[in-house]
Amino acid sequence: MDIYRAIADRTRRAILDELVDRSGQSLFELCARLIMKHGIESSRQAISQHLDVLEAAGLIRTRREGRSKLHWFEGSPLKAIGERWPISTDEDTSHSTDEDNEK
Amino acid sequence: MRINWTSVCVDDQEKALRFYTETLGFRVKHNIPLGEHAWITVVSEEAPEGTELVLEPAGHPAVVPFRKALVEDGIPYTAFAVDDVEAEHERLVAEGVRFVQPPTDLGTVITAVFDDTCGNLIQIMEEKAQP
Repeated sequence: MDIYRAIADRTRRAILDELVDRSGQSLFELCARLIMKHGIESSRQAISQHLDVLEAAGLIRTRREGRSKLHWFEGSPLKAIGERWPISTDEDTSHSTDEDNEK
Repeated sequence: MRINWTSVCVDDQEKALRFYTETLGFRVKHNIPLGEHAWITVVSEEAPEGTELVLEPAGHPAVVPFRKALVEDGIPYTAFAVDDVEAEHERLVAEGVRFVQPPTDLGTVITAVFDDTCGNLIQIMEEKAQP
């Protein structure tokens, strides 16, 4: 699973947002946050499948704490994006800035 | 028809009785020996005539995989209402209770989830005042 496909989905991005907000969440906590904070009403089974995709892409790690399975965000695979398309350090960013200002 | 009892399955009734009374602060209402096990119920000090929680022995073989699956996914077996989740969390942590989810603001409610040491996760929930 490549990271581009993994983050191409709104629900999976919301999962990563919530894991950045708090590391080490159970499936139950993630589902509660997704429905209450994002209005994402997917089943636990669907969220579990999204977690499998994110784990396969290396974007989350899981660990057992007691008898519960908890999930952590793992950002290091995203470095590949910045390395592939480095952000220019010169000041020639006027075009994108103008676009942002028009919104 | 009235909802007078609800139950939670526990690994060990004596251990559960201690946790639910000494740690959580509930009061024993019934403790009737029934052979190998006992019919034990506890009530809230805030509502001694309210719903009784039955500490049910987790003896049935199907209970084991059922509860294991719930705990693995962090799903609480039941939930109790509290006035202040943060304060309860602080009090219970000081008592040595392990939380799998610290107090979390979910918009209309604040919740937290802890391990009852008897095979279950329990949620505490505070309903936020509506503006």
